[in-house]
Amino acid sequence: MSGEHLEITVEHKPTYGFYILIWLVLMMLTGVTVAVAGINFGNITIATALTIAIIKSYLVLTFFMHLKTETATFKIFVGVALLFLLISIALLFSDYSFL
Amino acid sequence: MSSIAEHTVEHIHRDDVGSRLGMWLFLFTELVLFGGMFLVYAVYRFTYPHEFHVAAKELNTSVGALNTIILLTSSLTIVLSIIAIRKNNKFLSVFFQIFTMVLAFGFLINKYFEWNIKIHHGIFPGSEILLAKGNGEILFFGLYYVMTGLHALHVGIGMLLIEVMTGLTIKGRINSTNYVRLEAAGLYWHLVDIIWIFLFPLFYLIT
Amino acid sequence: MHNNGHSVSYLDYKGKHSGIFAWILSTDHKRIDLLYLMASLLFFAVGVTFGFLMRLELIAPGKTIMDAQTYNSFFTLHGIIMIFLFVIPGLPAVFGNFFLPILIGAKDVAFPRINLLSWWLYILGALLAVISVFLPGGPADTGWTFYIPYSIRSTTNVMPALMAAFILGFSSILTGLNFIVTIHRMRAPGMTFFRMPLFAWSLYATAWVQILATPIIGITLLLVSIERAFGVGLFDPALGGDPVLYQHLFWIYSHPAVYIMILPAMGVISEIIPVFSHRTIFGYKFIAFSSLAIALFGSMVWAHHMFTVGMSETAQIIFSLLTFLVAIPSAIKIFNWVATLYKGSISTDAPLLYALGFIFLFSIGGFTGLIQGALSVNMHIHDTSFIVAHFHYVMFGGTGFGIFAAMHYWFPKMFGKMYNMKTAKTGFWFLFVGFNTLYFPMFVMGWLGMPRRYYDYLPEFHIYHLVSTIGSWILIVGLIIMFTNFYKALRSKTSYTAINPWGGETLEWTIQNKPSLENFEVIPTITAGPYEYKDNEENLMKEDS
Repeated sequence: MSGEHLEITVEHKPTYGFYILIWLVLMMLTGVTVAVAGINFGNITIATALTIAIIKSYLVLTFFMHLKTETATFKIFVGVALLFLLISIALLFSDYSFL
Repeated sequence: MSSIAEHTVEHIHRDDVGSRLGMWLFLFTELVLFGGMFLVYAVYRFTYPHEFHVAAKELNTSVGALNTIILLTSSLTIVLSIIAIRKNNKFLSVFFQIFTMVLAFGFLINKYFEWNIKIHHGIFPGSEILLAKGNGEILFFGLYYVMTGLHALHVGIGMLLIEVMTGLTIKGRINSTNYVRLEAAGLYWHLVDIIWIFLFPLFYLIT
Repeated sequence: MHNNGHSVSYLDYKGKHSGIFAWILSTDHKRIDLLYLMASLLFFAVGVTFGFLMRLELIAPGKTIMDAQTYNSFFTLHGIIMIFLFVIPGLPAVFGNFFLPILIGAKDVAFPRINLLSWWLYILGALLAVISVFLPGGPADTGWTFYIPYSIRSTTNVMPALMAAFILGFSSILTGLNFIVTIHRMRAPGMTFFRMPLFAWSLYATAWVQILATPIIGITLLLVSIERAFGVGLFDPALGGDPVLYQHLFWIYSHPAVYIMILPAMGVISEIIPVFSHRTIFGYKFIAFSSLAIALFGSMVWAHHMFTVGMSETAQIIFSLLTFLVAIPSAIKIFNWVATLYKGSISTDAPLLYALGFIFLFSIGGFTGLIQGALSVNMHIHDTSFIVAHFHYVMFGGTGFGIFAAMHYWFPKMFGKMYNMKTAKTGFWFLFVGFNTLYFPMFVMGWLGMPRRYYDYLPEFHIYHLVSTIGSWILIVGLIIMFTNFYKALRSKTSYTAINPWGGETLEWTIQNKPSLENFEVIPTITAGPYEYKDNEENLMKEDS
């Protein structure tokens, strides 16, 4: 047990600048998604919007939520949760897409 | 029964990694909670693509975009407050936490006005104007109110949570060697942000 | 020796609170376990009473003792109480709370206060369910499934029942969360994942289902409440909503919930079988991984509850196929248990009898589940009493008998008393015979077309209903024998001090009966798997060679 407590000290040195950079990227992506929404791509519109949303969430998860510096356990956990949602969506649409 | 405990074996047990693990698991439940609503959204959007398209035009994209900017910025400030406390800069940490709460409050005010305008236009659950519209539009606005409403509730809860953390930071109970509670509050706040990252395009940008 | 030294049992320990507060505010996992045990047994008694009265009503066609509306409320309450208040918390919250920390060599769960909170949420949810019965409007009559649109239209107290289920869901989530972190972070030195007792593995798989699936029912029931309260268009077909979508969401949780109920029971059986046959468990890793496989596949089969609602044919075929797949990991467990028994030195004490009862009844429940998983047969028996028999064989014959097995197995450890073995065995046979007499006729009449949840029936079904009702009486006699036996043991003056009555090799059998607050005087270091039985295994090797 006591050995595991040491894990809290072995994280990377945080810097303000790095996170501000991530925030700038997120802002930029928000700008892009709003701008792109104005153009009508037909069916691709929603796909573009969702892709950008996924990239943004990835950035928040990895850096703001420190998933990058956590152990593999945390990453696997997130994977399991996302897998569950993915399975639910896929199987639900096995009904609605083939009606 | 009457004798007083001579020696209480305390459950003192600190495990920061365990606490964070627990917080992440809790976040999954929140994620799936909203995930359930996204499933409903997905099915109805698939069933009524045109009506969702029409209904989304009623929403004000700039208000949504403004709220996105507010929440993303508040996500940054809560991260910065954690860095500050790790660098043992209590003042800066408290400053960033308060800044986060101000932004959260701004988000809620913005949301309040947005809803208010909708309600003034007669678009609210059960209103005659809404019921006169097509089924898809009724569902769109039903989901709009429920999903953004529940999200706003989470913003409110997050604000309270951060307020508690601010109190603890001022008292010194959250400090450069013990800040896992602030981290947990931060994780919660980021999740609220992530949910909005998806709500924004799905309601405001599909026109 | 002072008051709160290491040898003082958790029952006598004195903390900062006294009287009843020493219990309802305790964060000790063992006391919380007893709180859960008492509350859930109370609700079990209530659920049994509803079931008994429903059976009595069905003893003859036409009205016997209650009117149709009461009958509708009874099956709703019977379902809600049995599922949410007894079967779901029955093993994880009761026996998991007590034994998970001990089995992995920990002093408590990871978050003791959250553990207490989840008990309080459980009580709050239970109170809401009770209140819904007595408020004007009458108890909910929608069935425990709350199907749309009736759950929006019904004028009975659906709202409190929905809220109750919502809150009970959160109680269940918090227990699951606690267990996952406990298993990941609190194992004793040397207790690797593959040295964990199989009960811990099954609780681990269960906990994941609790965390990931429960929020879906939470949000779904919340949406129904919002729809009822504010008339927001969400599922109501009058506003364009899709009632089938409600059913999807309901079963996305409620099918995995079946595995929340059965997995821990399988874990208990995996503990009992090796101990009472004094053999290493056959295929440890297969049993461990089959729990995870059940959790995974169990999340992918929900729509087999909906074959008659008009889903797409593609979906029907996919879900039917997946349903057959989920039987594989369950079958792996059964094979391994039976293989463990083979050539064992078997002692047929009460816990083993209940475990064997589990295997027998669960197998019937499982196979009849496969029958219904076949699309064409499902059309025929959907919503008949065949399904009622099936899920009682799984939920009661499986999980219920698993809970009884756990009670008999761990009773001496928990209370430092021993029950009368002969009475326990008598009780088992009454339960076993009563159970089959009660539920087997339902298979037959369901096959012949008797619909479920019907208040009245055609005369040709009379004989089956009559036999079934008589079975319910035998079953209740069995329950009375079993619980009186426990009660007598608890009241008896002679305390039982043998710490390892069954010859188990897991950690709970190395510590005193009525464990102390911190369970272990010294946290043990683990060097071997949980079921070695070297003495016996070596003899078997000699025989073979």
